[in-house]
Amino acid sequence: MLKDYFIYSVRNLRHRGLRSWLTMIGIFIGIAAVVSLIGLGEGLRIAIMSQFGFLGPDVLAVQASGLALAGPPGTGVVEPLSDKLADKIEKVNGVEAAFNRYIESATVEFNDRQSVGIAGSVPEGEAKKILETMVNLKAEDGRLLKDADSRKAVLGNNFGGDDKFGKGIRAGDRILINGADFEVIGILEKKGSFIFDNVVLMNEQVMFDVIGNKKEEVDVIAVKIDGTGRINEAKESIEKLLRKERDVKKGEENFVVQSPQQVLEALNSTLFAVQLFVYIIAAISLAVGGIGIMNTMYTSVLERGKEIGIMKSIGAKNSAIFTIFFIESGLLGIVGGIIGIILGMAFAFGLSVAGRAFLGSDLIQASISPWLVAGALVFSFALGTAFGVVPAYRASKLNPVDSLRSAK
Amino acid sequence: MKPIIKLEKVWKTYKMGDIEVNALQGLDLEVRQGEFLAIMGPSGSGKSTAVNMIGCLDVPTRGKITLEHHDISKLSESELAQVRGRKIGFIFQQFNLIPTLTALENVMLPIVFQSVSREKRIRKAAELLKIVGLSGRMNHKPAEMSGGEQQRVAIARSLANNPDVILADEPTGNLDSSTGETVMGFLQNLNRKEGKTIIMVTHDNNVAKHADRIEFLKDGKVIENFEIH
Ligand SMILES: Nc1ncnc2c1ncn2[C@@H]1O[C@H](COP(=O)(O)OP(=O)(O)OP(=O)(O)O)[C@@H](O)[C@H]1O
Ligand SMILES: [Mg+2]
Repeated sequence: MLKDYFIYSVRNLRHRGLRSWLTMIGIFIGIAAVVSLIGLGEGLRIAIMSQFGFLGPDVLAVQASGLALAGPPGTGVVEPLSDKLADKIEKVNGVEAAFNRYIESATVEFNDRQSVGIAGSVPEGEAKKILETMVNLKAEDGRLLKDADSRKAVLGNNFGGDDKFGKGIRAGDRILINGADFEVIGILEKKGSFIFDNVVLMNEQVMFDVIGNKKEEVDVIAVKIDGTGRINEAKESIEKLLRKERDVKKGEENFVVQSPQQVLEALNSTLFAVQLFVYIIAAISLAVGGIGIMNTMYTSVLERGKEIGIMKSIGAKNSAIFTIFFIESGLLGIVGGIIGIILGMAFAFGLSVAGRAFLGSDLIQASISPWLVAGALVFSFALGTAFGVVPAYRASKLNPVDSLRSAK
Repeated sequence: MKPIIKLEKVWKTYKMGDIEVNALQGLDLEVRQGEFLAIMGPSGSGKSTAVNMIGCLDVPTRGKITLEHHDISKLSESELAQVRGRKIGFIFQQFNLIPTLTALENVMLPIVFQSVSREKRIRKAAELLKIVGLSGRMNHKPAEMSGGEQQRVAIARSLANNPDVILADEPTGNLDSSTGETVMGFLQNLNRKEGKTIIMVTHDNNVAKHADRIEFLKDGKVIENFEIH
């Protein structure tokens, strides 16, 4: 029965094609704005996280500069960081530990197929533990690296899925990394970060031997602040040290010391202002869209007075009339929502592609989760029905005789 | 034969702002089971109003209407809808088909409101369209059919839930006389062969001749009545 009402409602909406589409404009602009914005915001968070490869309130990242926010860390830099610096930074007041990290892209071969991964070094000894807690590394399958492991690798979660090679890699499988034979000893838990889900972790020395990183050219120095939490003071001290070491004046630094967390927070707060603005516009658009649906439904009730009278005369109860109109307004909402989601996704992904093409930046990334899509759908349906309740109720209460007497 | 419908001193007053219109003024009427009754009278005499009351589309301001021994003034809105759906079949002057639905879907609609399974509904509707000679028009929309065809679809629709009573308010009013005859043929058949009780409003003497009895209304009351057969 509900199915019949549904078919009938669809028929009516299509019958009033142009008006139905116009009614949905408000909804899909609003939903598109929300979806693209949430998608881009989420993408940005992930991008920043990936940029540094670690995150935490007590962590600093040192990189040779120019490309602090763009491109893979530490690549294409004129004067790379020396591997001697970490030891010196570790002696700075307030610093608990500092260690070098090497990052390079690498080809992975498995099941006769190839894929590109991000090879990342894992330091030895105490620094290994610190890195593991900094990034919160956990193996979903197998174990993490030990110092004695050579030609052994731990892979990001995406390698465990079937998409890359047609079948997922498990701990114990053998793979080729840049042509060299490796044993996989662990698969990481899902991180939701592009870098960590595609990472190929190996011990530092293995990285020099197989991938060919130069020990002298460090990509990032990870710095952990001690328990006093004086992160800004530590940062200044490190900057002072680096200026001396690299022989540059204040204001002309060819390096950056950043707290990934602070970068993220700063961006978040700027983003928040922008987001708030767009949300307000989206809310207005949705409210206008909702009122549009209400208006269209009222018009529809007026126009179809006779139809309502006919249906009542052949046995439709008030509840049946209500349901028909209720479904119609819900459909207006949900179809508007679907279009809005598609537009929003297209906009977000389009912007991220454009960002990569014109700015060479990975920062503009779209990450649209199934939850976001589902949420937007439910919301748009609820919006349609909420604004449709009153007209539908009005329709259901029409007097059959009066409706039959109406001209249309 | 016992009366299936009984109207006792029925009044209907419409209020239009300050003006009150008495569409019915103490109407008494009895319709026996299986009878074919024609209602005639000048425009505005209350014929449609009377038929709408019998069809449970509206309730009287005063007086009592019994349908199969049920006092319909005591029924709730949804019970009235139930009665309309199951016991009454309506046929109107303007055919009143739903424009967005095909002939088959129009005939099925009353059954949809009674929640009958889809296959049963389709079978029943197709069967009824066959009876009115429109098997070839099942998937046509009302706008694609002639007036006579539309009215035959409406007749099929009125039979969808196999009601005891058919109410026809000027069923031939929008048709030429020969098409009107065809439609009347179907109604007469329903009365004679299926034993349906039919109440029909008409202005046309030739149409009224198909009935067993004619009641004349004026100013919301019966002023005369004829037995034909
Ligand atoms: N819903 C209504 N609101 C106000 N007045 C009404 C309503 N329905 C009927 N009337 C009035 O009641 C009177 C009887 O109307 P009704 O439609 O029953 O006449 P009728 O005999 O069917 O006339 P016709 O032959 O023209 O169809 C008329 O004066 C009409 O204007
Ligand atoms: Mg009339």
